[in-house]
Amino acid sequence: MAGLASSIYNALFRRNTVMLGTVFASAFAMQLGFDTGSEKIWNSINQGRQWKDIKHKFMEQAEDDEE
Amino acid sequence: MTMLARSALRTVRPLGAAARNAASRTATRSASTSSSTAEGTASSWKTNALPAGATLFAIGSVAWYYQMFGRNVDAMTPAEEGLHPTKYPWEHAKWYKTFDHASLRRGFQVYREVCASCHSLSRVPYRAAVGNFMTVDEAKALAEENEYDTEPNNEGEIEKRPGKLSDYLPSPYKNDEAARAANNGALPPDLSLMVKARHGGCDYIFSLLTGYPEEPPAGAVVQEGLNFNPYFPGTGIAMARVLYDDLVEYDDGTKATTSQMAKDVTEFLNWAAEPEMDDRKKMGWKVLAISSVLFALSVWVKRYKWAPIKSRKLVYTPPVQSKILTKLPQPPNKS
Repeated sequence: MAGLASSIYNALFRRNTVMLGTVFASAFAMQLGFDTGSEKIWNSINQGRQWKDIKHKFMEQAEDDEE
Repeated sequence: MTMLARSALRTVRPLGAAARNAASRTATRSASTSSSTAEGTASSWKTNALPAGATLFAIGSVAWYYQMFGRNVDAMTPAEEGLHPTKYPWEHAKWYKTFDHASLRRGFQVYREVCASCHSLSRVPYRAAVGNFMTVDEAKALAEENEYDTEPNNEGEIEKRPGKLSDYLPSPYKNDEAARAANNGALPPDLSLMVKARHGGCDYIFSLLTGYPEEPPAGAVVQEGLNFNPYFPGTGIAMARVLYDDLVEYDDGTKATTSQMAKDVTEFLNWAAEPEMDDRKKMGWKVLAISSVLFALSVWVKRYKWAPIKSRKLVYTPPVQSKILTKLPQPPNKS
């Protein structure tokens, strides 16, 4: 455990530039993860209510009309 | 078990003793002198007079203030106020639900085929429909059905051009005066913000649309050219009942009953008034999620920082007390 902690410290936090990079990269990853996850929950709660769930009907219809 | 029973017994005994003592005490007091008890009650009334009077004054002044300024003042009779709409369990009004966009599509169809002949929806552009209940091609085709003014050309003439996605829905009348003239003096209001603009919102609009009775109740006075609707303030509304079963034909096969159309067009009007609702709710949940994590974190940091302060122990060692006279220099003993 101590070995892991010290290796993380040495790899990511020892140099300020590396730590800055770590902060930016982890912020980006966290935001990506949070947005993806919350979007997934929201879409599952509102299954079938949003336009993206029903638009296929009308898109197909439009293509049929053109043929 | 035995321990519990024993301790329970122990607690019971002093209670009984106390009751016995109290009984004997009151008996002795009433037997000894009657004058002393009367004096006691009199003095207690005198000491309580000020707080009791202040309490009565406070209650009285609050009551007077309430009856003077606190009550609802109705300038109109209930008929003039209009019947309060029924509360309906709107699915899209829940905190975690978006609009039902299939319903929005049906509602827009109802608006276009029924309402739009009198009511404008002047704050909604065609582009708003794209990605909400219409495809781009459908919205473009719909926009091109109407003509709009161009910018002045080289000769300063304003020409007509087919509509674009950025154009707003056309109004049925050129201006309010034309609308009044065509509707017996009554102005059909713009519906863009109608859900926000009326008390009761969706409930009111749904109740109004479906609340026309077959004929006005006995005794109701309905002016010439008006229709009876109990939900409309004043009960006399210039708009007649417009929604009847199977008035429109939905392209998704939903049965177009009166209440179905009223529900769809009400939800559509709610969307027109609050097109940002879906995103607003989703963003609100995200804000709650993140700020609850931050709040928990700040509670933890507070406890972490305060732990040494809360758990420290202060020990006070008083100085040794001694008579001050003993500290004075003693005179030499002459004896």
